[in-house]
Amino acid sequence: MTDHDARSGASTPPDLPDLAGGPDDAPLIQLVTPAGARVTTPETDPYRERVAHLDAAALRGLYRDMVLTRRFDDEATALQRQGELGLFAQAKGQEAAQIGSGRALAAQDYVFPSYREHGVSHVRGIDTVDRLRLFRGVDHGGWDPTVHNVHLYTLVIGSHALHATGYAMGVQRDGLVGTGDPDRDTAVVAYFGDGATSQGDVNEALVFAAVNNAPVVFFCQNNQWAISEPTTKQTRVPLYRRGGGFGVPSVRVDGNDVLACYAVTAEALERARTGGGPTFVEAFTYRMGAHTTSDDPTRYRSRAQEDYWRRRDPIDRVEALLRAEGDWDDAYAAEVEAEAEALGERLRTETRALAAPPSQTMFENVYGTPHAVVETERAWFADYEESFAADDASGAHQEVAR
Amino acid sequence: MSTTKTLTLAKAINEGMRRSLETDPKVLLMGEDIGALGGVFRVTDGLQKDFGEDRVVDTPLAESGILGTAIGLALRGYRPVCEIQFDGFIFPAYDQITTQLAKMRYRSGGKLEVPVVVRVPFGGGIGAVEHHSESPEALFAHTAGLRVVSPSTPQDAFTMIQEAIASPDPVLFFEPKGRYWEKGEVDLGGRGEGARVLDRARVLRAGTDLTLVAYGPTVATALRAAAAAEQEGRSVEVVDLRSISPLDTATVVESVRRTGRCVVVHEAPSYLGAGAEVAARVTEECFYSLESPVLRVGGFHTPYPVAKIEHDYLPSLDRVLDAVDRAFAY
Repeated sequence: MTDHDARSGASTPPDLPDLAGGPDDAPLIQLVTPAGARVTTPETDPYRERVAHLDAAALRGLYRDMVLTRRFDDEATALQRQGELGLFAQAKGQEAAQIGSGRALAAQDYVFPSYREHGVSHVRGIDTVDRLRLFRGVDHGGWDPTVHNVHLYTLVIGSHALHATGYAMGVQRDGLVGTGDPDRDTAVVAYFGDGATSQGDVNEALVFAAVNNAPVVFFCQNNQWAISEPTTKQTRVPLYRRGGGFGVPSVRVDGNDVLACYAVTAEALERARTGGGPTFVEAFTYRMGAHTTSDDPTRYRSRAQEDYWRRRDPIDRVEALLRAEGDWDDAYAAEVEAEAEALGERLRTETRALAAPPSQTMFENVYGTPHAVVETERAWFADYEESFAADDASGAHQEVAR
Repeated sequence: MSTTKTLTLAKAINEGMRRSLETDPKVLLMGEDIGALGGVFRVTDGLQKDFGEDRVVDTPLAESGILGTAIGLALRGYRPVCEIQFDGFIFPAYDQITTQLAKMRYRSGGKLEVPVVVRVPFGGGIGAVEHHSESPEALFAHTAGLRVVSPSTPQDAFTMIQEAIASPDPVLFFEPKGRYWEKGEVDLGGRGEGARVLDRARVLRAGTDLTLVAYGPTVATALRAAAAAEQEGRSVEVVDLRSISPLDTATVVESVRRTGRCVVVHEAPSYLGAGAEVAARVTEECFYSLESPVLRVGGFHTPYPVAKIEHDYLPSLDRVLDAVDRAFAY
């Protein structure tokens, strides 16, 4: 199969369900084909309007976002292989879903990510090095959520869908829905994957969001693999249909089409902000890398399947679009490449410099006010540490060493 | 002017929550049937009528959903007070409580705060069906980041619920449902004693020969046991822990150093229960004062039994007195 054969994006990849779903399914929203051609079918009209303001410079900006996210991914993976990170979870292949949805957010919107939303972290301005603190084992979080309006990564699958819904219920109580002021109206987005749709918490979040008409967008990146389990182990129907039973409007989008992801997210955010309630978005994409650096996809999926999706790389699609429309700029591409090089160099240098925190910090921020058990143990540990210093000073330590 | 009234323990919690709702617009109540019905125990009676459906929220029937959305509301600056209908129904929310709620401040390096209160009617003795009489407090006390408390009197209930709501930390608030209708004097003038009581044990009855340690529903049993022991010429001191996490070890240790004997009473199974922690700490800190080992009276290591035999599972007056006798036999 050639790239041109995949123009519609709807042909069947090896070993996996058809992207197009069944005859009863909603169409997969696509605005740009894998070959870089604009889709101009009538049903895409409302979505094309939502990206009409994105000019060539804006498209090049999306390309830059995606390239920098990819480089972050590659560098972090390499750092893990060199022993500098305990673990890393790649976003590779999901850049269009993350950048497209992320760039549709307003500053006041609040994001609850899973743990591979590095593209979303990028657009929200979270420092690249801070994003690796968790993976290096020097911090359980890494950034101040209230500065970026991005909650910390949540590692237990699906738990944060409820946090997002509760946060959105708080936004409602703050009177920041449907004010008519686009700079004040606020939406909340929960990012999760195909595996998470099986979790009770995600389903409960849909219940709470629906009955409260909460301003929350459930953005499901269906990357087709929950570690080694394909989506067929999670569902018998396309995932977007999960929303319907809860009374939540749902949409399927080509998750490798950055413009389509931008458009459907913008629509969902507008619905949330104006009081229209929650939306469930299924962004159909592919996890090009392993689940994490501890995973080995060769045990459960074929090279042919990976090759199929490598030919549908979301970054290639933006480049193809820019070239097709005569907006590709070699000089700009070179600048982006240089920027990516600099990002990699900084990441290599500064990540290695991230030192372990002092052991005493483990007792900090367990509670907001002093807790007798923690305070007693903190004091004991300090004395224990101190005893070694005393031993060292007296020379006893050296005696033992001999 | 006196503001003291005689209230049931349930009504005292209701009045305490009313104060918090009045003084802090960010306080919300959430739970199943807490609105028009006033909760299955009527602890929230009348509050939705007075504060509206946005502040006294009838939630979907999903405990993890209640806790998970409460965490989100807290992250947005609210102070949710969640009612879990019965002790045995808390487990669907166990993950959100222990994995998310307890760790949010810690994993954010203190940048996030989740001041959520989880109210749990707990304990047995009410002839209930399965899953309605349990005492799971030790499971939560074992999780760092949570505070775990239980009031034993209407006055404490009134004071402690307000302190729990004002606390920057998540608080598991275990309400002795078997004592909901017991009455006591409550000073409604403020939060009560003035100084924070939430994590302070107190000596409820002075004695010289043995310290009975209890909390929540077993405090009344301990007081009755102390009165009965007095008939036999034994002077028993009663300490109400109020809090299981943290544990006010200092108050217990000070008492046991004087009395030389200690018996801990709770409805939860003795095995790996709060009493085991008290016994370990008393042994470490009062070793040379002890006349006998620290003894425990609690539930057995069985699931909570059927109602018709629960009186033999619960730490009754007789079983507490039996432990007192054994402590004096050494």
